[in-house]
Amino acid sequence: MDFRDTPEEAAFRAEARAWLEKNARALRPGARRAATQSRADADTVRRAKEWQARKAAAGWACLTWPREYGGRSLPPIYSVIWNQEESRFDTPPNLFAIGQGMLGPTIMAHGTEEQKKRYLPPMLRGEEIWCQLFSEPGAGSDLAALRTSAVRDGDHWVLNGQKTWTSGAHYSKWGMILTRTDPDAPKHEGITYFIVDMESPGIEIRPIRQMNGEANFNEVFFTDVRVPDSNRVGEVNGGWKAALTTLMNERAALGSGFAGPTFEDLLELCRTTLVDGRPAWEDASVRVRLADFYVRWKGLQYTNYRLLTALSRGTTPGPEASIGKLVAARLRQEMASFAADLQEAARRASRGRVAGGRNLAAVLPRGSRTPVGRGHRRDSAQHHRGAGARPSRGNSRGQGHPLPAATARARLNAAGERPRYRADARQKLDKVPGAR
Amino acid sequence: MNFDFSEDQKLLQKTAREYLEKHCPVATARAVLEGGEPFARRLWAEIGELGWLATAVPTSFGGAGFGALELCLLAYELGRALAPVPFSSTAYLAIEALLVAGSEEQKARFLPELATGTKIGTLAFVETPGRTPFRNLETRVEHGRLHGKKLVVPDAVAADLAVVVAREGDRTVLAVAELASDRVRRVPLASIDPSRPVGSLEFRGASCEVLAESGEDVVAHVFDRAAALFAFEQLGGAERAFASTREYCLERYAFGRPVASFQAIKHRFADLFVGLELARSNAYYAAWALAEAPEELRFAAPNARIAASEVFELASTEMIQLHGGVGFTWEYDCHLFYRRAKALGLVLGSPRFWKDLLVRRLAGPADS
Repeated sequence: MDFRDTPEEAAFRAEARAWLEKNARALRPGARRAATQSRADADTVRRAKEWQARKAAAGWACLTWPREYGGRSLPPIYSVIWNQEESRFDTPPNLFAIGQGMLGPTIMAHGTEEQKKRYLPPMLRGEEIWCQLFSEPGAGSDLAALRTSAVRDGDHWVLNGQKTWTSGAHYSKWGMILTRTDPDAPKHEGITYFIVDMESPGIEIRPIRQMNGEANFNEVFFTDVRVPDSNRVGEVNGGWKAALTTLMNERAALGSGFAGPTFEDLLELCRTTLVDGRPAWEDASVRVRLADFYVRWKGLQYTNYRLLTALSRGTTPGPEASIGKLVAARLRQEMASFAADLQEAARRASRGRVAGGRNLAAVLPRGSRTPVGRGHRRDSAQHHRGAGARPSRGNSRGQGHPLPAATARARLNAAGERPRYRADARQKLDKVPGAR
Repeated sequence: MNFDFSEDQKLLQKTAREYLEKHCPVATARAVLEGGEPFARRLWAEIGELGWLATAVPTSFGGAGFGALELCLLAYELGRALAPVPFSSTAYLAIEALLVAGSEEQKARFLPELATGTKIGTLAFVETPGRTPFRNLETRVEHGRLHGKKLVVPDAVAADLAVVVAREGDRTVLAVAELASDRVRRVPLASIDPSRPVGSLEFRGASCEVLAESGEDVVAHVFDRAAALFAFEQLGGAERAFASTREYCLERYAFGRPVASFQAIKHRFADLFVGLELARSNAYYAAWALAEAPEELRFAAPNARIAASEVFELASTEMIQLHGGVGFTWEYDCHLFYRRAKALGLVLGSPRFWKDLLVRRLAGPADS
């Protein structure tokens, strides 16, 4: 057992850092890199592509890919090291993760030689962005229930139907799509996998506006979209096998990259937020909550290391691979909510509204003890208990939250027109809600 | 990076598990709980002969010369078996304290008998409930003699020698005292887990020997090391509680279906599984810190301790609930797990104590 870099890993890390220092600006203290896909306007896409091309030219792209496809055949830990180092620099968001992490490996495993030659190198160099067209309104959790159809027409296929939750469809050149090609077969056996040109006539991309006013996902509608048979990945009606390859890679690729505050951010906030002239962390109830966050935060990180160890030995991850999905998002939400509550509490204390001065426990939400591993069940109880208390603590006045209500409203209004745009009008990219 | 135990270490663990499955069924803990003995004597003797206590002791002091990782895995298996023996008191507390704080001469004198199990050791630190165990001490060493009273000392009645946290002048020290003396008064205390009995120790001028490396920092370090080892024992117990509850829910039918097939039950298992795996990862990290990276231990040990304490308590309370009505009967084993979870969760300071300590270390000045 060893958590330190091996000599090879340390050398790689030093080399990566040296290259980054020469080629990118360090992140300002306290600043964070943009999350994966948010606010990807035309300029961001251009910068992201340029950065990927530079990385690729210098050999830092797709480190785990086999050499024959332009990678370096390195174990997954090297990607982690690279990401750790890159995260200290002010680089554009990564718009290539879905392609390089999930779809590239699927083409490698199930594509033809021509497909590998045509698609993998530009994917690696960031010249073409990819999206994944799997989920449908009635087939997400039960993916194999999908209904988007593909009907053969000579050496082409004609696609009709609707996909949803498609990240980055609006700036992608290619999509990987699952279609129903035999409606009479058992549901897993009538599916065929295609590569589709997202600029084809008949494709309509509609943004799905999220609660924060941005739109990173899309609905994608297919009306008589023609796809050449040469773009088929795997056998006719044999697409489920390739889909599983994508999904396995997805499970391994997700789970680490979540947006939101880090534990270090939160700790720093508790160090610098003063309540009655003393740092918030000196309050015992704050310490208990910080410790609860730390235990889950580190638990996730180390669980990820265990996964990486298993992967680098060629073992397929088991159910523990789903833990990131179950814990990470909720943990970030709780941390962000705690940070907002803490700031509000400090503000109230500064106005002399907190009885007993530093008694933060009286102000912070109930259920401040969140035991490790108690997920939705315990939390739903917290919602009930907290429901009466939270909004009354000034949130209705639009105060005490990182995003003031006025700003949030302005963003929502800006996004309110809900533009529809077609693939042939892609220059209107900057109309994507949240692009500003 | 390599975040796993080696094949040799896993083999050791497998051997230990097979041995304990044969020689230490849960009925062993029940027998101690219901009987008059303070621990399972035969099991203790065999564990001593098998060399488990000697695992992390250097060969020069009569040990087996393995490291902390191996000891962690044995702790895991002993926890899984709810073994009713003073292993933790002797191995994680007394032996660890001597390894950390003893001079070469002191190690040579005390370790060999502890390493074979010929003598049982413990660590005595609690004086006033709720107080930090190594500050404001009233137990004191004067002219080589101990005065004062310690509460809830693990295995106090069975132990032959105790490492005692005390004050000498204005300095915090660790002192070793033989307990078979008419200047030591031992009183068993009624507690939640009589298969791991506790007692009080009153020293009325008992002779003792101060360990070479003493001070608050050293005591804190001994605590950290013990916390990491206890975490593995707790994790083992939690895993067993989880596994046997799962088995029960797969076999027990309601409305014509196995209870485990209901979504409400599945969600509870999913929560528990997540808690277990996070605690396991934290414990693994602490094991590595224990063996290789002492500078990491001040964060890794509290982290492992908190996660393991909470998940064992969760697993044992869920065990009671998911067994339904029989879950709170004397006849079923659920209460044995619950007792052990409670006892282990408090033996070295509550999760609350460790949370406080952890964040003080994370946020406070480097020397706190």
